[in-house]
Amino acid sequence: MKLFKQLGLAAFLTTAAFTNSFAADYVIDTEGAHASINFEIPHLGYSMLLGRFNHFSGEFSYDEKAPEKASIEVEIDTTSLDSNHAERDKHLKAKDFLYVSKYPKSTFISKSFEPSENGGVLKGDLTLKGVTKPIEIAVTNIGAGDDPWGGYRRGFSGETQLTLKDFNIDVDLGAASRAVTLKLHVEGIRK
Amino acid sequence: MLKNTQEHWGLVSKAFHWLTALIIISLFGLGLWMVELSYYDPWYRKAPDLHKSLGIIVISLMLLRLIWRVINPTPKSLATHQTWERYLAHTVHIILYLLVFSIGITGYLISTADGRAIEVFNIISIPSLGMFIERQEDIAGWVHWVLAWTLITFVGLHLIGALKHHFIDKDATLVRMLHK
Repeated sequence: MKLFKQLGLAAFLTTAAFTNSFAADYVIDTEGAHASINFEIPHLGYSMLLGRFNHFSGEFSYDEKAPEKASIEVEIDTTSLDSNHAERDKHLKAKDFLYVSKYPKSTFISKSFEPSENGGVLKGDLTLKGVTKPIEIAVTNIGAGDDPWGGYRRGFSGETQLTLKDFNIDVDLGAASRAVTLKLHVEGIRK
Repeated sequence: MLKNTQEHWGLVSKAFHWLTALIIISLFGLGLWMVELSYYDPWYRKAPDLHKSLGIIVISLMLLRLIWRVINPTPKSLATHQTWERYLAHTVHIILYLLVFSIGITGYLISTADGRAIEVFNIISIPSLGMFIERQEDIAGWVHWVLAWTLITFVGLHLIGALKHHFIDKDATLVRMLHK
C-alpha cells in the first residue's frame, strides 16, 4: 500500500511538473532547415553585413482561437555563427563579441504575445553573452496548413533590433553599427 | 664558404638561421599586436595580410632550410660540449622545427577554413584545402596561439643556451653561427 501511495504521489508530482512546464505543440523545423536566425549589421554605414546561426532548436505554441496565449522557446548554439568568412567568424565568436567559449548558448523565452492583424508583438527575455534582457519581436504570420507529407505546419517571421552594448559587446564598429537587426524565420511542425 | 663543413656553418645555413629567426620573432609580435587593433585602425586589414604573407614565406624558407640541412654536413658539436648539453641542444632544435611547422599549419587552417586562399603579398595565392573539422577556425586559432607562445619559450631557451656558451663557457658556439 505504501508503495502505491508513493507511486501515486510520484505520478501527481510528475503531472504537476509537466503542466507547469512549457507545453509546446510545434517543433521548429531545424531538421529540415525551414527556419533560420539571421543577423544584419551595417558595415561602415555603406552596406549590410549578413550572418546567421546554423544550429538552434526550439518549440512554440500557437492557437488560432487564442493567439494571445502563443509562446515560444528557442536555444541558439552561438558557436555555430556563420558570416561566410572564417577569420571574421573567429573574431565574432571571440571575447570581443559573443565570447562563445564562455557563453556557448543563447536563449529566448517568450513572456507575452499581443496579437494584431496578421502578426503581433512578442515580448520575452533574450540571454546573450550571459546578459538577460527583455526584448520585443515584431511578428508576422506567414501561413499554416497541411504539408504534402502528412504533417501540419505553421510559420512566422520576426524582426528585432539589439544594441550591442546592452549585451556587453563594446567593440567600436563605428557610429552606423551600434545595433544589429535580427531577422527570424520560423516554421514549426505540429507534434 | 656557402656549404657547411664538419667544423663550420656555411653562409647558406647562417642566412637561413638568422633570416627565419628574424621573421619568426617579428611574426610573434605582429600576431599579438594585430588582434588588438581597433576596427578603424589603418593596420586592421594590412597587419593580418602581412602576417599571413610572412608566415607562408617563413614556412617555405624552413622547408628549404630542412632540405639544405639534410643534403649538407652538420658541423659537429664542439669538443668542449658536455653530453647532456649536446642532447639538450639537439632536442630543443628538433622541437623548434616541429613548432614552427605546426604553427604554420594551424595558421593556414584558420584562414582557409572557409575555402578562401591565402594571398602572399598579392603575388602568390595558396589555395584552401577546405574545412576538415567543425569550428576549424576557432580550434586552429587556439592551437596556433598556444604553440606560438610555446615556440617563443623554446626560442628563449635556445637563446639562453647560446649566451651561456658565449659568456660562461666562453666557447665558439654562438660565434660560429655569426661569422668565421
